[in-house]
Amino acid sequence: MNARQELLDQIRAIEFMTVDLNLYLDTHPCDMRALNEYNMYTQQLMALKSQYERQYGPLSNFGTAINQGRSWRWIEDPWPWEQDYWMEEC
Amino acid sequence: MWIYEKKLEYPVRIKNPNPKMAKYIITQYGGPDGELAASLRYLSQRYHMPIPEAKAALNDIGTEELAHFEMVGAMVYQLMKGASVEEIKEADAGGYFADHDSGVYPSTGTGVPFTAAYIQSKGDPIADLHENLAAEQKARATYENLIKLADDPDVIEPLRFLRAREIVHFQRFGEVLEKIEEYLNSKKYF
Ligand SMILES: [Fe+2]
Repeated sequence: MNARQELLDQIRAIEFMTVDLNLYLDTHPCDMRALNEYNMYTQQLMALKSQYERQYGPLSNFGTAINQGRSWRWIEDPWPWEQDYWMEEC
Repeated sequence: MWIYEKKLEYPVRIKNPNPKMAKYIITQYGGPDGELAASLRYLSQRYHMPIPEAKAALNDIGTEELAHFEMVGAMVYQLMKGASVEEIKEADAGGYFADHDSGVYPSTGTGVPFTAAYIQSKGDPIADLHENLAAEQKARATYENLIKLADDPDVIEPLRFLRAREIVHFQRFGEVLEKIEEYLNSKKYF
């Protein structure tokens, strides 16, 4: 597994916590412990995403991430449904 | 508005093509208890939910189901990719191949195309929540059947993840139903 894949897996793991806490908070909106956890994971996630995007290009589009570099990096392979584990970085 | 994120919710990395398994799994893409149906069901029902918790839960679970729709599509894509015509014939997936080659098309494993008739949006939050509780259990049962049919850990792991999410969604919908009932009782509304 390459460094890119590892970072993406880390992002996935933390984002999963935010997805799950988000659904929990939808039906428990006054649970302070869950709220704090949600904020903590969100902060970690934002830091990891910007690290990923600096190195490997944007994770999302439509104005939610800066395009770094001299070409439109959004179109770069691999897309999520492709078996990205064998993709080598250039 | 939706923003796309260029990653799967849970990784799908299937190394060995298996058209037979693709044919089984595709029902969770476009079948009656599949992820497309789930997503459309919740995202359509959310408009007439009476309380904030219910609107949020239907909106957000409907959104997560779209991520599952993408995962199942990725599984079908990877299972079909690189399979030879011989393997496809052997897997009895020739009918699918004739219509779609190795393309990903929302249908059941037996070729019935997706239809909105799989879902209801009743305009009645109690009726809709009961449908959703049943839908999550049916999806869970389908994933359990698929896990029994699979022998490749690359396939089983994402199926287990999806199965676990159905259980969480069922739990959340149960809480939503309780809150709606409380709300309706407090309004003395029959
Ligand atoms: Fe679900």
